[in-house]
Amino acid sequence: MFNIERWQEIFETISKNKLRTALTGLSVSSGIFILIILLGVAEGLRKGTKKQFEKDIPTKLYFGGRFTGKEYKGLNPNRKIRLNLEDYQNINKQFEDDLQYRTANIKRYGAQTSYKDKNGVYILFGVMPDHMQLENAYLIAGRFLSEKDLETRAKVVVLGTRIIADIFGGDHKKAIGKFLTINEIKYTVIGVTEDNGGEREDTYMFTPHSTMTHLYNSPNNAGSFQFTVNPEEDYDIALAKADKFGELVVDNLKKAHNIHPEDDKAINFFNALEGGKDIYMVNVGMKIFFWGIGILTLLSGIVGVSNIMIIIVKERTKEIGIRKALGAQPKSIVSMILHESIFITTLFGFIGLFLALGILEFLGPKIETDFIISPTVDFNVAISTVIMLVFAGAFAGYLPARRASKIKPIIALRDE
Amino acid sequence: MIQIKDLHKSYQMGKNSLHVLKGINFEVEEGELVSIMGSSGSGKSTLLNILGILDEADLGTYTLDNTLIKNLSEKVAAQYRNKFLGFIFQSFNLINYKSALDNVSLPLYYQGVNRKERFERSMYYLEKVGLADWSGHLPSELSGGQKQRVAIARALASDPKVLLADEPTGALDTKTSYEVMELIQKINDEGKTILIVTHEPDIAEMTKRIVNLKDGLIIDDTRIEPKRASLYV
Repeated sequence: MFNIERWQEIFETISKNKLRTALTGLSVSSGIFILIILLGVAEGLRKGTKKQFEKDIPTKLYFGGRFTGKEYKGLNPNRKIRLNLEDYQNINKQFEDDLQYRTANIKRYGAQTSYKDKNGVYILFGVMPDHMQLENAYLIAGRFLSEKDLETRAKVVVLGTRIIADIFGGDHKKAIGKFLTINEIKYTVIGVTEDNGGEREDTYMFTPHSTMTHLYNSPNNAGSFQFTVNPEEDYDIALAKADKFGELVVDNLKKAHNIHPEDDKAINFFNALEGGKDIYMVNVGMKIFFWGIGILTLLSGIVGVSNIMIIIVKERTKEIGIRKALGAQPKSIVSMILHESIFITTLFGFIGLFLALGILEFLGPKIETDFIISPTVDFNVAISTVIMLVFAGAFAGYLPARRASKIKPIIALRDE
Repeated sequence: MIQIKDLHKSYQMGKNSLHVLKGINFEVEEGELVSIMGSSGSGKSTLLNILGILDEADLGTYTLDNTLIKNLSEKVAAQYRNKFLGFIFQSFNLINYKSALDNVSLPLYYQGVNRKERFERSMYYLEKVGLADWSGHLPSELSGGQKQRVAIARALASDPKVLLADEPTGALDTKTSYEVMELIQKINDEGKTILIVTHEPDIAEMTKRIVNLKDGLIIDDTRIEPKRASLYV
């Protein structure tokens, strides 16, 4: 492989045929350049969508009671399971370290609401302070429910923006401190929230969970529970953790409520994180897609080089004939063409590689969109493209080289 | 130096077989300067290709410097060409992007001679053909006669046993032709065996022996007293 004489020969040939070399090099450089840029953008896109989806779908888990599906310990099927506050407290106690946000959630439809001469029918929720974080809602005015409201069973309410529009003429500030009558009980308005989820969520009213259970005399019905587990860097770890947590909680609830261990209907468990799996798969698909395009681009580059080498061989038929007449062996012709091809593809491939890496390095951090975040290509990818390059050079050069070695000197030297 | 016995060669042209050489018997001693003459189609180029190990005979034997040339692999053929033969072509066949010096040193490159020695030896031969001052020039910067002299220097560079020249003066005017012939005679005087294929009688008369080929057979083989080209230059 390393033969100084041959390298001198190649350098001489290359330097005497600058245009040819430049054209060949350009097609390789641009192939690699496009591949690396594509891979970088794909990586940026992957990070971007991952971040987007992590923001939209936190590691939220939902538990609710339904009807039992199986007979168990003499209890009939189709029994309504109501989760109670004790269940909620047990979960909190057991998973203290894993939980980020928590709330129990009880709701009442058709709540007759009035203020002075204005009235409407909305949905009343009894929730806990973390509810706002869990629903990705944000405050427009006033404050949300506090732990103290919960302890004192305060008759306070937080309203969605739609209700403010209906009843208070859209003036958030004016609503704060007013007394709102809901199902003939007066509540003090303490805050206004808006939800990203949609208009329906803006017709919700939130009152402390304890107030609700107390007023409606249902201490044994805590409604449904929502939790988020502490976030993890890696999607798969987060998913595994959430799944394990959900499974344990469901098992405990089944035990507490005398539910058949294999009855999957009684407890409604929903892991919002699993919905993220689709987005995760989209990411994988995107990666495959970009690699596909990149490799096809590179392939067309290789075909281009191969084509150019074939033309070069044709152009050099006479020269190769002369070389053979002067004593060049077929092997030396093959290695001459191959060497040249590999050298050119590798050299220009590296130029394309470093150019693309440079652009990603300097321009990457400046790209600020929601969907592409710091497009980069990791070291392993760079190395594999380099290996691919050398093979590409060999592949591009091999057929033309073989053809060159088969040239018969008498045909090559025949005078036209 | 060269012994040829009952040499036959046919080419397949579609369905027809073209019998080009129909039994050539021919010997060349060391130090001879032979011209092979004949009209086109007489088989002289085919004979030269076989002598140059660029082609192989169908029948008969060819011995070059006591080595039987038969059924050679491409590799061995290349080695023998490099070791035994120097070629001079009508159209010079210099590599156009290499300087005169690089062209001359090419056979030495394929012999594995290192760069320094290659250039020293090549310079020696360029001096011999009177082109030392032109060593760095590309073929395109040289006249026809100069190109052929570079080609002769290249043919000599590997110090072959036999020089084979295919119409070496075919592309040159008369004056330049004689200059080239003068050089060839000079080289022959130093003892090199040289075969020239030509169809020009005045060139043939400058060799020591004229072999006439017609329809694939030798019809005449005469030794003559060569005219010295130097008298005409």
